[in-house]
Amino acid sequence: MTIAQNTSTAGVSSAQARRGERTIEQRQRVWGWVFLSPWIIGFLAFTLFPMLASLYFSFTDFRIGEPITFVGLRNWQRLFEDANTVNALGITFRFALISVPIVIGFPLLLATLLNSKVLLAKPIFRVLFYLPYMVPAVSGIFIWQSFLNGQTGWLNRLLRLVGIAEPPNWLFDPRSLTFGLVLIGLWGVGNAMLTMLASMQGVPTELYEAAEVDGATPFTKWLRITLPMISPVILYNLVLSVIGLMQYFIVPYVLSNTTRSNPETNFFNLNLYRTAFQFGEMGFASAQAWFIFIIALVLTIAIFWTSNRWVYYSGEGR
Amino acid sequence: MATMQAVSRVQPTSTIYNSQLLRFGVKALVTLFTLMILFVYLLPLGNMILVALSSQAQLSQTADDSVIPTLPVTFEYQGEQYDIYRVPTENGIRELALVDPGRRSSEFIDPANPDAGLIGWEGNWRVLEPVARVSLEWNNFAVAWDSINFPRLFTNTLIIAITGMIGTLLSCICVAYAFARFPIPGKNYLFIILIGTIILPSQVTLIPTYAFFAAIGWTNSWLPLIVPHFFANAYNVFLLRQYFMTLPRELDEAAMIDGAGPLKVLTSVIIPQSWPVIIAVSVFHFVWAWNDYFGPLIYLIGRPDLQPVSVGVQVFNFQYGPRQELVQATSMMALILPVIIFLLAQRVFMRGVVVTGVEK
Repeated sequence: MTIAQNTSTAGVSSAQARRGERTIEQRQRVWGWVFLSPWIIGFLAFTLFPMLASLYFSFTDFRIGEPITFVGLRNWQRLFEDANTVNALGITFRFALISVPIVIGFPLLLATLLNSKVLLAKPIFRVLFYLPYMVPAVSGIFIWQSFLNGQTGWLNRLLRLVGIAEPPNWLFDPRSLTFGLVLIGLWGVGNAMLTMLASMQGVPTELYEAAEVDGATPFTKWLRITLPMISPVILYNLVLSVIGLMQYFIVPYVLSNTTRSNPETNFFNLNLYRTAFQFGEMGFASAQAWFIFIIALVLTIAIFWTSNRWVYYSGEGR
Repeated sequence: MATMQAVSRVQPTSTIYNSQLLRFGVKALVTLFTLMILFVYLLPLGNMILVALSSQAQLSQTADDSVIPTLPVTFEYQGEQYDIYRVPTENGIRELALVDPGRRSSEFIDPANPDAGLIGWEGNWRVLEPVARVSLEWNNFAVAWDSINFPRLFTNTLIIAITGMIGTLLSCICVAYAFARFPIPGKNYLFIILIGTIILPSQVTLIPTYAFFAAIGWTNSWLPLIVPHFFANAYNVFLLRQYFMTLPRELDEAAMIDGAGPLKVLTSVIIPQSWPVIIAVSVFHFVWAWNDYFGPLIYLIGRPDLQPVSVGVQVFNFQYGPRQELVQATSMMALILPVIIFLLAQRVFMRGVVVTGVEK
């Protein structure tokens, strides 16, 4: 979408430049590369080269300060044989399946409320719903740990108050741990909420007016107009949340350091961190990194591929 | 909510008075519903504040159901402290100090009138409700502040965040300027690559980057956390470029006719018009750096004296896990600054989130 915009402006500027002297355009180009150079250097030094290097490391036995030995596909084979890694992948996927609908659905609900004509004091609600997103992750985890405490946590006190005699011990019981983690994740939906809200506010009012003439109920309008019109933003948030879950680290790391080291919180990225920085197996960790990168890439492509069916791009796009 | 809106449209021909009343009812209901969600959503913050203000003794009383930290009220009588209870008498409920507890009858004294002597009361004193007053343990913050060495963590975080912010501003402004204004061959492809790096999982570059910084001796220093920000990042470049594109080119051209070079145009034409977006990028970076945990964790593991707030709070809370009141106090201390900055800059901040999220 922005690409199309970009082409036209680039075309205009080069046409303008062509009217002047040729040397001016050449000088402009040189200046362009000069201004671009921080990113070019950074991209090569901190993205492209490390990516290729970690691909190479994945075929080696590499520890910091020791000579690198080439081991062929052994690390890649280990990915499928190492029980910790296989489990970590399963844990990550199962959590993603439960978590993704909620981290998309909850901000969608909030955005719908904040966009509703009948809500009072919208700006205050918007700021307060966004506020938890500003809480640093480490603080947030400790706050939720206290809130989800089986005995003294306010959530369970509230649940007992409304008649649930034995609420789950969220972060300690393996059966409810996943839901505890999902609850902690609810504080991370601020950006998704804001982008969905902004997208809803951009939906042309004529569409709603036309639907009202046809006698559509508010729910039909939401389902048939709002949802399709904001689907590009839902797609964007979906991709970001899937990538984010593949990198899920800080919550399981802090929890397993403070409560107990339980196998249920051994998420893929935490397992990778342990492989690299606790066991020093940089080669095997590189294979894990490339493996999760390939999975993330395949998932992203799959989401974009299905998006033809459910994402609606209006006109020439904005 | 949707169905409630439907209700309001059931009778479009009803009197204006009725439909206005209905509209008001719907508004009140929707607002109340949203308020309930907000209440539960922010409830963990309430939990944090009140635990942070409790004393260790209050938290260890597992039977205590009270949410607000309290202490029993006592009365000193003839050199001894006695707890005060609510005692039902023929004159209504009176607050009396229990001097001589008994299963059948007890002796009380009236704190308002101790000279009147002992008051007898028939019944088991254990059924009586003790009088408690709110007792907030503000000292927790002082204890946490000292034992975590918060000033040092705070200074470390500020240095890392502000130098990184300078780096990200310098580099991202230049790169965004290049993308917005200069005829570079293959610019569109470069821009797609730039945006593509947003969805690149960070693990895939982690190990070589770490190995590289270890090889040049930068681990256990701030450099790995600061220097990469001098090489631009996709989010901020995108945000700045979108803003620069909206600025009229006529001003650039007028400056150029006056003999200004590209650098002069940037500093005296583009930047003075771009303060809102520059503030947004600065706030984004500051909040990000304040929150960053993984980088400091792996690069500063051996140097507690260099660690920022995020890692310092985690390490401290790991050691002081059973002292929940201190854990919550440190968590609260670590969130106050980003929250205040957000509240002050919320307009430009939320605008920036929308630009990077919706326009791509």
